[in-house]
Amino acid sequence: MALLKLTSPHAHTAQSTADVMKLVLLATIPGLLALTVFFGWGTLINLTITCLVAVACEAGVMRLRKRPVMFYLKDYSALVTAVLLGLALPPLAPWWIAVVGTFFAIVIAKQLYGGLGYNPFNPAMIGYVVLLISFPVQMTAWPAPAPLYPADIDVPGLWQSLQIVLPIFSTEAAGATSHAVDAFTAATPLDTFKHNTGLLVDQLYKKDPLFSQANWAGIGWEWVNFSFLAGGCFLLYRRVFTWHAPIAMLVSLTVCAILFYDGGSSSSHGSPILHLLSGGTMLGAFFIVTDPVTSATSNRGKLIYGALIGILIFIIRSWGSYPDAVAFAVLLMNFAAPLIDNYTLPRTYGHKKSRKATEKKD
Amino acid sequence: MRKVWDLIGGVHPPENKHQSVQDSIGTLPLPQKLVIPLNQHIGAPPKLLVSTGDKVLKGQPLAEPKGMVSVGVHAPTSGLISDISDHPIPHPSGMAARCITLIPDGEDQGVEYQGTDNFREKTPKELLKIIRTSGIAGLGGAGFPTAVKLNARQPISTLIINATECEPYITADDMLMRERPEAVVEGIKILSYILGEPDEILIGIEDNKSQAYDALEPYLEDTNIELVEFITRYPSGGEKQLIQILTGKEVPYGGLPADIGIVCQNIGTTHAIQQAIVHGEPLISRVTTVTGKACTTNRNYQTLIGTPISHLLEHNGFDQSHCSRLVMGGPMMGFSLESSDIPVIKTTNCILTPNQEELPTPPPAQPCIRCGMCAEACPASLLPQQLFWYAQSQNYERLDAHSLFDCIECGACSYVCPSNIPLVQYYRASKGEIRKQAAEKVNSDRARERFEFQKSRKEKEATAKAAKREARKKAAEQARVKSAENPAENLTGNTTETKASAADDIIKAAMARAEAKKASPEEQLAKLERGVVRAGSHLETVQKRLGDLEQEATDKQREQALAAVENARVRLNDAQQKLSEVKVAPADSDPTSTSTEKALASTEKTIVEKIQASPSAALEKKISTLKERIAVTEEKIASADDDALKTALQNGLEKQQTKLKDAEQQLTETPPETEGVTNTTSTTETMDAAASAIARAQAKAAEQSSMSDEDKLKASVESLQKRLKKAQEKLTAAEAEGSEHIDAFRSGAEKLQAKLTATEAELAEKAQ
Repeated sequence: MALLKLTSPHAHTAQSTADVMKLVLLATIPGLLALTVFFGWGTLINLTITCLVAVACEAGVMRLRKRPVMFYLKDYSALVTAVLLGLALPPLAPWWIAVVGTFFAIVIAKQLYGGLGYNPFNPAMIGYVVLLISFPVQMTAWPAPAPLYPADIDVPGLWQSLQIVLPIFSTEAAGATSHAVDAFTAATPLDTFKHNTGLLVDQLYKKDPLFSQANWAGIGWEWVNFSFLAGGCFLLYRRVFTWHAPIAMLVSLTVCAILFYDGGSSSSHGSPILHLLSGGTMLGAFFIVTDPVTSATSNRGKLIYGALIGILIFIIRSWGSYPDAVAFAVLLMNFAAPLIDNYTLPRTYGHKKSRKATEKKD
Repeated sequence: MRKVWDLIGGVHPPENKHQSVQDSIGTLPLPQKLVIPLNQHIGAPPKLLVSTGDKVLKGQPLAEPKGMVSVGVHAPTSGLISDISDHPIPHPSGMAARCITLIPDGEDQGVEYQGTDNFREKTPKELLKIIRTSGIAGLGGAGFPTAVKLNARQPISTLIINATECEPYITADDMLMRERPEAVVEGIKILSYILGEPDEILIGIEDNKSQAYDALEPYLEDTNIELVEFITRYPSGGEKQLIQILTGKEVPYGGLPADIGIVCQNIGTTHAIQQAIVHGEPLISRVTTVTGKACTTNRNYQTLIGTPISHLLEHNGFDQSHCSRLVMGGPMMGFSLESSDIPVIKTTNCILTPNQEELPTPPPAQPCIRCGMCAEACPASLLPQQLFWYAQSQNYERLDAHSLFDCIECGACSYVCPSNIPLVQYYRASKGEIRKQAAEKVNSDRARERFEFQKSRKEKEATAKAAKREARKKAAEQARVKSAENPAENLTGNTTETKASAADDIIKAAMARAEAKKASPEEQLAKLERGVVRAGSHLETVQKRLGDLEQEATDKQREQALAAVENARVRLNDAQQKLSEVKVAPADSDPTSTSTEKALASTEKTIVEKIQASPSAALEKKISTLKERIAVTEEKIASADDDALKTALQNGLEKQQTKLKDAEQQLTETPPETEGVTNTTSTTETMDAAASAIARAQAKAAEQSSMSDEDKLKASVESLQKRLKKAQEKLTAAEAEGSEHIDAFRSGAEKLQAKLTATEAELAEKAQ
């Protein structure tokens, strides 16, 4: 065997990019279980569609770019994008929502910028925002959590869910399916707070079954968020990412909510607990904000990045026109990440101060 | 317990040290040959002391240090110097350099070593001299001349001994400490003495070397040497990192540890210093680890400097078919070798022969996902993912701003990269590019300076020339103005005087003008000679231009060039004629005669000759002149190399030949008897013609003498215009006919045109 001529270092850890991605997928399982338990089979169906479309799109683009397809599919990055997008979509949304969103995420937001590692924006969030703006009705129609169903209507089973999502399976007319969806959509906790005009927070909590049957902040939603929090802690333990970005985001969101909490008046924007355990907060904190490709680079940069995302989430939720704001906040800060990078270099060994990336030599 | 700081970043690869510490340090039999590179250190190569064919003894210096930062080499064993030439040396590039090849004679005879029992009897300077002449360089890997490092200018407060050996697989220092702790500790004491007994002496050791720790401890009692143990982590053995771990201080960027009062030495170097000073033995061998699964035996050996690696591998059961790569050094910073012919040098601490399982072939690199694991691992707190990004796009400014040159190339970032990107390779390439650019910039700056200086110098010269020209012009103007004033005064004076005196004055003025114009004969001669020279050089340049145009010129260009050549020739002839006339002039009877009078005289002469000569004599004369002319034309044809010119000349030649034939015919036709009759008739005719011609010429001369320069010029302009008109008519006729002589006509017309414009210009100038 010929002696190879390679440069140092010659040793290498066992970990590869695919391993990192697989860990992330593993960590979404608790959240997925919670979503299925409380909201039905819709999420699983969405995930199936998004995963299939993502892999197909990525393979197609790689073939067009004349790259080895399997080599690029094996890093599991397309699957991670698909799963994150699928978890964010409303269950029981029509099938084409998932398809359009995934297409945009993989082809436009990721591959057109050069593929993995070259996209400036989080692909899953781009897909989500495109859908939210283009199809607001379908994207804001969330089914009610299972415990809130009226006694006479059953939570749709697997077959029924398939029929709702993919009308080809359906034997009824399209109109009937949309009725079926209407029968059990409900407002999310954040929706409720946004549209609340008269009730004090306490009263609202007592009146709305969404809160009255819950422990902390909105039935179903609190468990979903807890599950994602658990997944995030697992990833922290396995050192897939550092604590800086997610903790900064959660802390700044909490601080903003505390600062603006006016003791539960009718115009309140929500308590800190509500903000932390509703909507996509935990999913965003541990799976979106920590996306390494699009976030800031140094640890100090990640702190600033996370903190600003938290502030933006609170601002858009409270004073913006959308109930949930994680996607917009993250995309806005993706814009700012390179700028943050320029000014948050760590102090190198032997130097007195940290330098700026925009330094010019004389 | 002394406080230690944590290493920033770092990784913990599997140590793999247990394989090579099962046996004590071994020795190998003498190899067939020793290849000793001259330059095994940082600094200038040493000066050779031996030459091919010399017999040397063990320990004999083969080369001595040259300059301040230099180290010599010594013979590891006795033998014959067989060769001093270029051989491949241990370097990542595989380059070759000067090596001394020594063939051992097996006797292992050595020179007498001069040791020192008590090193404190010598001054530190003397000890440094011994270290310098014993060929000691840093054995930790960099190979910096020890004598220079120990000759610190600043006060040293801390001496750090690097016993860390943080890289996996390498156990050379470990075994040295286990087997020779006393020698090592004595070496440390010597170092401390040389450095003026610093306050702190620390031995940094990792916690995976417990046996070495236990071996050293007894010898450290009663000394102020501290043995400091810390957590095993790579790269805690790097000099900067070790200083930070043991003292918490950082070596400033661009500086040395001596700047903060610290000197760091490898423990192997310490041992070599002890051997040199106490036993007088120069550095001729070192402990080298041979390890890796492709060798059946993994062991440390006291290896002679210059031993070929193949010798080491042979004696350890090396199987190349199982070896994935041959590495000199450790798995993190070692470089791969292409062949095992490379020798062991002073900085070779390990030969690693892994199989595929231990160090597999790296998979292809995937895109960087900016996960940041590299930044976590970097001991210098750099951002490797950003360095990689900018190295890919060759953005050297950003690389500088991200402190690329602070990278110690430890390889921790590449080690952890999940995408298997060879990060250190990119950094090395970028560093090389930046260094090359800096060197080129120095060169281009120098070139630019030279160019700018030359430009300013040329400008200065140009302005000086222009100033001189201006001054000359002004002086000439003034002179002309002065000479013009004189006749003007005379003319104005005429109006007040009588006609007779006016006429006298006019004549006087004319004569004065003629005199003024003539100048002295010598000056005139000089002027004419200069004119000839100028005309000759002009002709040459024009001919050269014609020659250059030969290949690619258009017809028009060629015609113009031909015309220019003709013009130049004509001018040259004129100048030469004038010169010859002036030269002949002193022989003339009348030195004050004007050129017109002379021409008149010569015309008279020829006409008279013509009249007086008999027709036959005239014809004969004609024939002879024609023959002369033909000869000249033939010469010209022979020397002419341009076809157009040749054809023109040949046409001329034909005409001349026809004329000659006619003249000869005429000569044969005119019988001598009828000479007289025809003579008279022809003579009368010619006489009349001659008389009229003479009369015309005389009138012209009279006219010319009374004309002013301006009028003369005007008259010449008029005549030139008439001639030009005629020539142009001829040209158009020729063009209409498509005659062959178009070129000749054209050139003639152009010549006249040129003359005309010149004269008109002169006239205009005079009018101002």
